[in-house]
Amino acid sequence: MATKRTSSKSTSKDQMLADYREMLLMRRFEEKAGQLYGMGLIAGFCHLYIGQEAVVTGIQAALDEGDQVITGYRDHAHMLACGMDPNGVMAELTGREGGYSRGKGGSMHMFSREKNFYGGHGIVGAQVSIGTGLGFANWYKDNGKISVAYFGDGAANQGQVYESFNMAKLWDLPVVFVIENNQYAMGTAVKRASSETHLYKRGISFGIPGEEVDGMDVEAVRKAAEKAAKHARSGKGPYILEMKTYRYRGHSMSDPAKYRTRDEVDEMRTHHDPIDMVKAKIIDKGWSTEEDLKAIDKEVKAIVNASAEFAKESPEPDPSELYTDVLVEA
Amino acid sequence: MSIEILMPALSPTMEEGTLAKWNIKEGDSVESGDVIAEIETDKATMEVEAVEEGTVAKLLVAEGTEGVKVNAVIAILAEEGEDASDAALTPSVSSADTSPVNGEGQDAAPSSPAGGEGGATPAIDERPAMMAANVASLSDPDVPAGTNMVETTVRDALRDAMAEEMRRDDTVFVMGEEVAEYQGAYKVTRGLLQEFGPKRVVDTPITEHGFAGLGVGAAFNGLKPIVEFMTFNFAMQAIDHIINSAAKTLYMSGGQMGCPIVFRGPNSAASRVGAQHSQDYSAWYANVPGLKVIAPWDAADAKGLLKAAIRDPNPVVFLEHELVYGESFDVPEMDDYVLPIGKAKIRREGTDVTITAHSRMVGFALEAAEILSQEGISAEVIDLRTLRPLDTDTVVQSVMKTNRLVTAEEGWGRMGVGAEIAAVVTAEAFDYLDAPPARVHQEDVPLPYAGNLEKLSLPGTEDIVAAAKAVCYAE
Repeated sequence: MATKRTSSKSTSKDQMLADYREMLLMRRFEEKAGQLYGMGLIAGFCHLYIGQEAVVTGIQAALDEGDQVITGYRDHAHMLACGMDPNGVMAELTGREGGYSRGKGGSMHMFSREKNFYGGHGIVGAQVSIGTGLGFANWYKDNGKISVAYFGDGAANQGQVYESFNMAKLWDLPVVFVIENNQYAMGTAVKRASSETHLYKRGISFGIPGEEVDGMDVEAVRKAAEKAAKHARSGKGPYILEMKTYRYRGHSMSDPAKYRTRDEVDEMRTHHDPIDMVKAKIIDKGWSTEEDLKAIDKEVKAIVNASAEFAKESPEPDPSELYTDVLVEA
Repeated sequence: MSIEILMPALSPTMEEGTLAKWNIKEGDSVESGDVIAEIETDKATMEVEAVEEGTVAKLLVAEGTEGVKVNAVIAILAEEGEDASDAALTPSVSSADTSPVNGEGQDAAPSSPAGGEGGATPAIDERPAMMAANVASLSDPDVPAGTNMVETTVRDALRDAMAEEMRRDDTVFVMGEEVAEYQGAYKVTRGLLQEFGPKRVVDTPITEHGFAGLGVGAAFNGLKPIVEFMTFNFAMQAIDHIINSAAKTLYMSGGQMGCPIVFRGPNSAASRVGAQHSQDYSAWYANVPGLKVIAPWDAADAKGLLKAAIRDPNPVVFLEHELVYGESFDVPEMDDYVLPIGKAKIRREGTDVTITAHSRMVGFALEAAEILSQEGISAEVIDLRTLRPLDTDTVVQSVMKTNRLVTAEEGWGRMGVGAEIAAVVTAEAFDYLDAPPARVHQEDVPLPYAGNLEKLSLPGTEDIVAAAKAVCYAE
C-alpha cells in the first residue's frame, strides 16, 4: 500500500497533493465497489462514502502513528486512510479468502490491528462506546495515544453516545468524537430527527468542547482535527468535531434516495466537491498541472483496478473456515 | 478498449429489473457519476450512475424493457480516444440478448457451502462430539493431601480471585456501579479500591450499555476488564455489546480482534424483588457462539473459575447468585487455584438417576439426592459449572450408567438449559434411557412478588425429588 500520512501537518504543496491522491483513491475505490455490487460480486449491504472523502482524509492527516480509529458501517475509506491494503478491503467486500476478515466480516466488519483500525461496526452507535474504551485503555496505560470515534448524524441520537460522552469527560479520556453529519440518517433529514440540529453542541451538558467544521474542505478538517487531537492528547479530555458533509449516493446500494432532490445533490457535487476543490487549488497555486494530476488519476485507477482483480480472483474461504475464529484457543 | 455497461444489481435480492429510462443517447460523452439510466426493481426506481468515463457507443437495451437480467450488457462505452462506432462493433452481443454475457458474476457469486464437507447432513452430529473430546482432557488441579482448607464465603472467594489476578497482571481492572468507594453493592469487591486504587477499581455512572461497550474497547486495546453488573437483569441494557461487540468480533475479524473480558454479577432470582430483578439468563448467553458462560455454585469453584475466566482470552459471562454469596464452603489454601473452564463436576455419585444442575440449584439437587437416598433411590448429581462449552460428555456418561435424567435450572424451561441437555442425551444415549428425561425449572410466568406465589414459581428441592421419582417410576 503506497498511501502514507505525510509527516507535515501544515498546509503545503505536498500535503495538498497527498490529500488529492488520498481522496481520489477513496472515490475511485467506492465507485468500483458500487460497480462490483452491480455485478453481484459484492453482496448484502454496501454503504459508499462518495462525497465525504475530505472528512476522513483531513482527520487522519492530523493523527500520530499508533492512534486508534473506529467507525460505523460506512467504513471503506477509513480503512484506506489508515493505510490498509485496498486489495484486502476489496476482497473482503467480495467475501474472499484474501479479505481482511478472510471473507467472514464483509463490508461492515473489517479490522486491522496492525494499522490500528478497530472496525467497521454494524450496530449504529456501538463504535462510540467501544471507541471510548480504546481511549480508556490509552489513559490507563498513559501511552500518549488518542482514539478517534467516527459516527454519523443518525448515531448521534443513540443513548449510548451520551453515556460515552459522560464517561469520556468524567475521566478526561483522550478521545476525539467525529460526527460525520451527512444530513441524512438513511432517509431521515437531521431536522426531522434531532431537536438540536447543531450536533457539535451535544457535548455542552457534559462539558465537552465542540465545533462545526466544513467537512467538504479538507484543509479546514485537518486544522480542526489538529486542534482536537492536541486537546485530547494533552490530557484535557474529549473533543467533538461536527463535520458538515454530504453523501452523493444513497444510504446503501438499494436506496433510491427519493428523500432529497437531484438539484440538492448536484449543487453539492458541482460547487462543494472536496476533490474538485483541492484540484482547483493545486492548479491555481501552480503546484501541479492538469497533466501531472492525470498521472495521479492513472496511478490511483491502476491501484483500484488491481484491487478489483484481486478481489475477483481470490478464492472463497475454505469450508473449514466456518468453524475457525469463534474462540481464541487458550 | 470499449467498456461494457452491465445491468446492475441494486439490492441484495435483485435478479432482474426494468430498464425504465435512458438519460443518455448514443454519441453522448459521460463522466463517472453521471446518471445514465433509471431502473425499476421490485422495491424502487433507482438511478444508475456511470463509473467509467467515455462516449456512448451503443445502447443495447431499449427503454421500457422488462425482465432485464442482472449482468446483461445494456450499453457500450468507447474510451477516450477510441472511435465510438468501432467500439459498438466489438462485443459479440446482440441487443436482444439480455442474458448474462459474462458468466463471471454468476460463477463468482457463491452459493456458500452451508455445512462444510457433508452438505446434506446436519451439522449437529459432529460438534458435540468434538467438544466432548476437548473436555475429556480437562480435570481439576490436584489438591495435595494435607492442604489447609479455609472456610470462605462465595462473596470473599470471588473477591480473592479478582485480587489475586489483579496482583498477577496489571492490565486487569474492575469496573461497575458502586464497585469502589461503596465497596460493592453486594460487597464482592470489598477492599479492592484500598489495595489497587481508583484507576483499577473504577466506579461507573449508571450506564450499563455505555460501560459494557467501553469495556469491550478497552479489551480490544490491550486491557483485561472485569465488568461487574449490579445484577444481570441490568445487563439487558448492555446485551448488544456482550453479544454483538464482544462475542462476534473475533469471528468477523478473521481472528484478529480477541476480546479478553469478564462480565460478572449476580444472576437469577434474589428474594421478593419482583420480575424485573429476578431473571435467570443462563440459557440466553449459553446460546451464543463466541462466549464462554460459567455459573458456579460453591466458593472453591467460584474462585477457581473466576481466575480462569479472567485469564481466558475470550469474553466470559460469569453468572453468580446473590442467594449463595453469603454461604460458606471449604476453599483449598493454594497459591494459584485455577479450574478448567468447560468441565462439569460430579458432586455425588449414584446409580439410579442423573441430576444436572448449575449455580444455586446444585445445593437443591444435593438435598434432593439425600432425601432420595432415604427412599432407596441413588442419585448422581452433576454440577455443570460451565454452560458454554457444555460438558455433555460427563452427562452422557452418567446417563449411560443411571439410564435416567433429571435436569434442574432456576430459569424458564422453554428453550432452556435442560432442554438442551435432554436433546443431547436423547441423541447420544437414546438406547440407554429407561424413561423420558424430566426437566425442573421455573414456572412459565414472570416472577411474582407475593411470597407464596414466588415460592410456587421457583423450583426447589421438592420439585427435583418429585421429578427423580417420576423418571424412576417410584410411587
